[in-house]
Amino acid sequence: MCKKFGCQPHFEAEKKTNLKNRISEKFSELIRKKEKALITFLTAGDPDLATTEELVLTLEKAGADIVELGVPYSDPLADGPVIQQASQRALKAGTNLKKILQTVSRLRQKTQIPLILMTYYNPLLKYGLEKTASDAADAGVDGFIVPDLPMEESAEFSVYLNNKGLYLIPLVAPTSGRDRIAKITENAKGFVYCVSLTGVTGIRDELPDNLKSFLDTVRSCTRAPLAVGFGISTAEQVAVISQYCDAVIVGSALVKNIGDKGKSPALTDSVYKMVKNLKEPLKSDNNEKRVSLSGR
Amino acid sequence: MYALPDKRGHFGVFGGKFVPETLMPALAELEEAYEEAKNDKAFVDELNKYLKEYVGRPSLLYYAGGLTEYCRGAKIYLKREDLNHTGAHKINNTIGQVLLAKRMGKKRVIAETGAGQHGVATATAAAIFGLECVVFMGEEDIKRQELNVFRMKLLGARVEPVSSGSRTLKDAMNEAIRDWVTNVRTTFYVLGSVGGPHPYPMIVRDFQKVIGEETKSQITEREGRLPDYIIACVGGGSNAMGIFYPFLQDKNVKLIGVEAAGHGLDTPYHAATLTRGSRGVLHGAYSYVLQDEDGQILEAHSVSAGLDYPGVGPEHSYLKESGRVEYTSVTDGEALDAFRVLCRTEGIIPALESSHAVAYGLKLIPQLGPDKLVVINLSGRGDKDVQTVAGLLEVK
Repeated sequence: MCKKFGCQPHFEAEKKTNLKNRISEKFSELIRKKEKALITFLTAGDPDLATTEELVLTLEKAGADIVELGVPYSDPLADGPVIQQASQRALKAGTNLKKILQTVSRLRQKTQIPLILMTYYNPLLKYGLEKTASDAADAGVDGFIVPDLPMEESAEFSVYLNNKGLYLIPLVAPTSGRDRIAKITENAKGFVYCVSLTGVTGIRDELPDNLKSFLDTVRSCTRAPLAVGFGISTAEQVAVISQYCDAVIVGSALVKNIGDKGKSPALTDSVYKMVKNLKEPLKSDNNEKRVSLSGR
Repeated sequence: MYALPDKRGHFGVFGGKFVPETLMPALAELEEAYEEAKNDKAFVDELNKYLKEYVGRPSLLYYAGGLTEYCRGAKIYLKREDLNHTGAHKINNTIGQVLLAKRMGKKRVIAETGAGQHGVATATAAAIFGLECVVFMGEEDIKRQELNVFRMKLLGARVEPVSSGSRTLKDAMNEAIRDWVTNVRTTFYVLGSVGGPHPYPMIVRDFQKVIGEETKSQITEREGRLPDYIIACVGGGSNAMGIFYPFLQDKNVKLIGVEAAGHGLDTPYHAATLTRGSRGVLHGAYSYVLQDEDGQILEAHSVSAGLDYPGVGPEHSYLKESGRVEYTSVTDGEALDAFRVLCRTEGIIPALESSHAVAYGLKLIPQLGPDKLVVINLSGRGDKDVQTVAGLLEVK
């Protein structure tokens, strides 16, 4: 295996000890600091990969704990218009999985922030599942989120990722029900992605009803950290939701901001401010004074 | 024995369920409801009653004397799905699925449509059974199938224009799935072809297999034997699956699926998924797809909106790889020629989709002896296409 990628034997040995995953390490660190995680999503290559590279560093500086990089896909059926359009822009800019992995490699010279690729299944199939796992591990990716790969179909990819110490982050939905949630989260690694609502990604004014009882159900099934995503865009929403989970995921709001600003000097600054603001309610000193805003 | 799909919804390596977790319980619920319904005599009787008294089944198996004479080869029969209520085979499936929706207590149905035939058939079924109906249709298709848009509206459906991607069937299906993810608790998704996640490919095939079952008994009655060839067009592949399925075990019956070669297989403008595509996942199933080297789905092209789709039902992929069915293609031009030939020789205006099956017949049949029997599935009528064809053929 090692020969195939032309690396030195000592590097391989190093990698084995490195099977400690950055995602788990991050959650351990946050627990120690009594903080909750802010997970931010960007569509990789929107407006181009150089900007993505810069923005990941900005996100980290502003307080993001984990970054999801969206691999653009022509038919993103779990995404609303904001991420659909970002995917189109990224594809027009020539973005593909190979180039995204190169960007991750470059980022790994500068940061150890956990990086997760969020991608539909077909680009992975085309790239090759085993090769995806192997190249992603070499580049420094920590995990994958594949929204159209339910547990019934995920065994093969899961094994390849496991062999490389990478996580396939499981998703649960409000429709899943206790039995499925228990099965899905049985061997959960990293965290469990709790889809907050029935719907596609996007910005919404209201938080969904029954979110608390859904998260209680998930909590009763697993000891893995719970991250909540879909429809969360403001610091107020983050404050409310973080009472019931360990991490909050913000995607469309950030992607919309990037789409609006484009490749402009104002972009970095506005992303920084937005993320700093979103992280604020997740910090330890704010954990006690968090006010319930539900039922607004 | 052919007993596919398996319990997990796979046809060999193909099929499966590649959808967001939110939909997985709904697919399980659908599968359970369908298993129950198909074993419930009351459901089957009601479905058959509607097929007979409302759709007008059995559809005729018509000896096409004019076309036979024109081809000077085998004897040709046309399976007249174009004579069904609403003008295509699509209604066989929508009556079944909407009855199932009603049985499951769903108040709202959604559908995707390309040529508009499935949209019209869904709107029709929703009208009889009093359900709210929303049909997603690409803006490009809305333009070229204006008549069907108007028909859906008359039938009380809302037509939701889809402006993403290529603005055709593929994108309409994305949008229907997005709606379903959002409204999954109240909404039944009436999928129009043998694609999508399990159990849809099985359900749609089962509701369409009436075409093949009738063909089998009708040809046996007329000719005392089974046909040598059955030809059907393949977009997603529901009319083809419907007529092929009851013949899969009859190894002497050659089954031929005809895809749309658009401007030609060596151009980027075709919809020949099985002929020129490769394995991949689209709209919830592992099957053949048209894709680039990065796994991005390519835009398909066909003069016929119903075949203009870069995917195909997973069972067709299985049947291609097993060699049981032969898949071939004809170009836009060949389909238009066949359209005209059928109009002139038989006084039948076929759908542009079905014209693809006829077009391959025109190539194959002259090479066959007069003792051979060929059945062509005439999946729909061409009233919806006359404007398109008038433009292309410059009929004055």
